[in-house]
Amino acid sequence: MAELTLIAKGAEADILLDPDWNGVKAIIKRRGEKSYRLPELDAAIRRSRTIRESSIIHRAKEAGVPTPLIYSVDPDGAQIVMEYIEGDKVRDIVGRIGPEERTRLFREIGRKTGLLHGAGIAHGDLTTSNLISSGGRGVFIDFGLAEMSDEVESRGVDLNLMYRMLISTHYEHTEELFTAFKAGYEETLDEAQEALDRMNEISKRGRYVERE
Amino acid sequence: MGVETCLGIESTADNLGMGVARSDGAILANVITTHVPEEGGIHPREAARHHARVMGETLSEALDTAGITAWDLDYIAFSQGPGMGPSLRTGATAARALAVRLGVPLVGVNHCVAHIEIGRLATGAEDPLALYVSGGNTIVTGFEAGRYRIFGETLDIAIGNCLDTFSREAGLPYPGGPAVERLALEGSTLIPLPYVVKGMDLSYSGLLTAVTKEFRSGKWSLEDLCFSLQEVAYSMLGEVTERALAHTGKRELLLTGGVGANKRLRAMIGSIAEEHGATPCYVPIGYATDNGAMIAWTGVIAYGSGIRTPIERSHIDPRWRLDRVEVPWRS
Repeated sequence: MAELTLIAKGAEADILLDPDWNGVKAIIKRRGEKSYRLPELDAAIRRSRTIRESSIIHRAKEAGVPTPLIYSVDPDGAQIVMEYIEGDKVRDIVGRIGPEERTRLFREIGRKTGLLHGAGIAHGDLTTSNLISSGGRGVFIDFGLAEMSDEVESRGVDLNLMYRMLISTHYEHTEELFTAFKAGYEETLDEAQEALDRMNEISKRGRYVERE
Repeated sequence: MGVETCLGIESTADNLGMGVARSDGAILANVITTHVPEEGGIHPREAARHHARVMGETLSEALDTAGITAWDLDYIAFSQGPGMGPSLRTGATAARALAVRLGVPLVGVNHCVAHIEIGRLATGAEDPLALYVSGGNTIVTGFEAGRYRIFGETLDIAIGNCLDTFSREAGLPYPGGPAVERLALEGSTLIPLPYVVKGMDLSYSGLLTAVTKEFRSGKWSLEDLCFSLQEVAYSMLGEVTERALAHTGKRELLLTGGVGANKRLRAMIGSIAEEHGATPCYVPIGYATDNGAMIAWTGVIAYGSGIRTPIERSHIDPRWRLDRVEVPWRS
């Protein structure tokens, strides 16, 4: 029995690497108990998020969005076993890849986000920490807060979070990256403009934003 | 240059605060007077009227406590925003009048920045992730490249507003937060309520509507309603705070703002900090609630990095966002 390695400790879950899960290299996502939350509330949140996440990852794949393969799901243990994706977090490589590659990658991510939204899925935590650059593709991970929704509001929230991430973390390239993302997004989603307009509206809902 | 002394005037909402801070980090006075509405929530005009009425006596008390006269002040800091227009204007007017009369510079301070800076001073935190929760604000923020970046915030009403409005609806005494906290201790049944986290942002308006509806249904005890409201509202805060802590990798977790006095929330923050190997830093209540010392102290450090606010640019800004403020003293 191979040893599990903790490769990431997310806010919500531990990500463990199993080098030999029935013969394959696999990721185990385990939603640990949150001792700050009431056990009853905690169990309900962890269970429902585990089921929802695995089913949404699968649906995203059907829509042509690169996501890890699901190997096994355990709702009561709040655990999902899935494919290990080789590559780096987009968050970590933005600063070290060239402008051309950067633009290409974000356009591709925009395209896939359009496909995701077109399939009625909102990611819920669309940040550059939840995208892995693998073989030139942007693989979408962590669907922990995703929901089935084709509401323009959920799409706008996704876009707003991505934009906010570009402002807070990738502030040197914010506009360049978002322009590329937007171009890709508009290619694959017919209602892209509506979602982008909503994003602008949502960003103004924060407290004390300049109102027009 | 010797030690400088700064008066800070805070008047963003229902508190009028006057504080005196010295450039060596000493807080000499921190006097707070609170406008208590006869009914309902804060009426901005009534709050402003209160502040104007007690302005003189609050100033005298602050100076007496500090053991100085107005002529010992080297500059005047005031809360320039964000907040309620009428209240802000009252404090700003007093600040301008004092600065002109004494012939000293004026320093406009961002209220949210001040909450974080006094928190750093009071707890010794150097570079914390801060959770700032009050009647008007719900913000998860941390310093990054010259500014306090907002990692998460409420998309509608503030958590304190949610608690206050529910407690009014339920006929609880003012202020709402402590009343809800007391009753919650007696509750034990978790009533299903909407738990709304969107990425790192949260929403409290749906929770307020739902808990109000459950209250009106008469199905539950007030204790259980308060218990459930607190558990859900604070768990949501805990979740976004934990996400931001994991995202930024900061080693200190600062809890500030009036809602930071809540023991249940403190316990959650402590547990999250421990889980991530960060040090929890709780701001003492006198510095966590809206107060003048935080404005005075932020005035001191802003002045120290060359920030001055000429009278003609001293108009208040009720929507002055935290992440629009340059923070040169930390760069």
